Amino acid sequence: MTEAVLKIVDPRAAAFELSADERREIEHEMSHYPDPRAASIEALKVVQKHRGWVPDAAIAPIAAVLGISAADLEGVATFYSLIFRHPVGRHVIKVCDSISCHLTGYDELREELSRQLGVRYGETTRDGRFTLLPICCLGACDRGACLMIDDDLHGPVEPTEVAKLLEPYA
Amino acid sequence: MSLRSDSDPNYAKPLTRLIDRVAGPLDFAGYEAENGYATLRRIVKEMSPADVQGVVRASNLRGRGGAGFPTGVKWSLIPMGPDAGAKYLVCNADEMEPGTFKDRLLMEQVPHQLVEAMMIAGYAIQATAGYIFLRGEYVTAEKRLNEALAAARAAGYVGANVLDGPWSFDIHVHTGAGRYICGEETALINSLEGRRATPRAKPPFPQIAGAWGRPTIVNNVETLSNLPHIVANGPDWFKALSEGKSQDSGTKMYGCSGRAAKPGCWELPIGTTARELLEVHAGGMKDGRRLKAWLPGGGSTDFLLPEHLDLAMDYETIQKAGSRMGTGQITVVAENQSIISAVRNLEEFFARESCGWCTPCRDGLPWSVKILQAIEQGRGQADDLDVLSKLTRWLGPGKTFCPHAPGAMEPLQSALKFFRAEFEAGLAPAPAAASAKTA
Repeated sequence: MTEAVLKIVDPRAAAFELSADERREIEHEMSHYPDPRAASIEALKVVQKHRGWVPDAAIAPIAAVLGISAADLEGVATFYSLIFRHPVGRHVIKVCDSISCHLTGYDELREELSRQLGVRYGETTRDGRFTLLPICCLGACDRGACLMIDDDLHGPVEPTEVAKLLEPYA
Repeated sequence: MSLRSDSDPNYAKPLTRLIDRVAGPLDFAGYEAENGYATLRRIVKEMSPADVQGVVRASNLRGRGGAGFPTGVKWSLIPMGPDAGAKYLVCNADEMEPGTFKDRLLMEQVPHQLVEAMMIAGYAIQATAGYIFLRGEYVTAEKRLNEALAAARAAGYVGANVLDGPWSFDIHVHTGAGRYICGEETALINSLEGRRATPRAKPPFPQIAGAWGRPTIVNNVETLSNLPHIVANGPDWFKALSEGKSQDSGTKMYGCSGRAAKPGCWELPIGTTARELLEVHAGGMKDGRRLKAWLPGGGSTDFLLPEHLDLAMDYETIQKAGSRMGTGQITVVAENQSIISAVRNLEEFFARESCGWCTPCRDGLPWSVKILQAIEQGRGQADDLDVLSKLTRWLGPGKTFCPHAPGAMEPLQSALKFFRAEFEAGLAPAPAAASAKTA
């Protein structure tokens, strides 16, 4: 019954299939908790790790593995800022915009990034290389102004160093 | 920089003594060689859970996440005994308080210290499972904690039948996906359960009904990391660590960032003055500027002034001065920097990070941002300061489920108190017609 309803709501759901790896990784996370739904954020992150983002069509299949409704998982997926619901670039730049970086040159750094990439927050460069996002205090306040590119922390970053910093991220 | 030279058993920097940034993080063999896991071995063999709780209570260890609640008292609310059922220990490693960068260091450099600490806490409350709620951006800490857990599990320190005894306790790393609100204790529990991170009403307190409705203890990384040392050396040793600078016990991971010459994080006796942090450890203000204002412990604490620098950085003293010690990581603003811009930055942060559950927070914070932006651009309206003052009350304690909005109002209310002239300078000149009418 539930499945039939979901197909009507979102016909693309049928087109999406979790890979064997994704399913295994999600089930592994579920095994850590007394209630499998506790793994919902991690399940979304598993899919994001493999595909770069979490398409709408992925919600129902993930929810089915977790044993919760698609609407419930959609609520979770839209709450957390680092679950991407749109495609992102090959590299995601997360710029710390909290107080210590604000006091050590954040405005100039953000402007320079926007100028060089030609995008604002939430946007991806036309070549699909970078997505630019703001992020909560990165806990590297002794290195402000700082940012992360993918899993790499950089700081302090001067606006003049931006071009060189981006170079290795093809 | 090597801090490992201190071989005195009565070391004054228990949390960071084993940190050697040149040699890198301490692995399992290295940690064991430094007497690591000796405390866990001892308590499992020789001490009852009540004994461990007694030592921690007597030490007067207080929560290092910001609230300063006595850890032993928190633990004492947990039901004990053979019929107590499932109980959980959660380490709050969701470090996102603006200006705070201490737990990252402890987790990246001495992950085994936290693992042993959680085993001790888990034993003291006889928990069934433990979770490290780690913010997703801390990828290095995630890797090192998982490696540490795997090694400790293989050695029999973590997992089923700890050290061949009757007690089983495994620890898992749970990584987040953003949102500052996850650091709030009850929102964290909702997030751990795989839900939206909205706070829960208290009571019931998590110690009675927390994760999955079961008794749950949530402790901060730094708080927990003290445990192996407190249990090994005793409450009197821990109390003496503050060297008479404070009524509080132990050391504190202090820090200084913002417009300082040499920002950093240092373990010092609790009660060390902010002046020592800024002038001795952080090398004073950058470019020889004068200090204008400082936040004592994160974005959700009231600003203090240069005249407050000689106060002891402990819970009571900073509270008496009208602020909170919070995380004890100070952020300094220089004389030539705008306090309006700083507050606008803070309120933008809190507005974005509000979970939206409570109306005053969801609607009030963006409202404050709009006004602050206008004042920053010199187009504030005559009644804007009055509205901002009202917002500090409408979003104050007791109006919302959690302390997010009241915390957000702390820098604003203190800035209004100390820098009113700067706010007034951002009001637009009254139009001539209006002036004529009132004249």
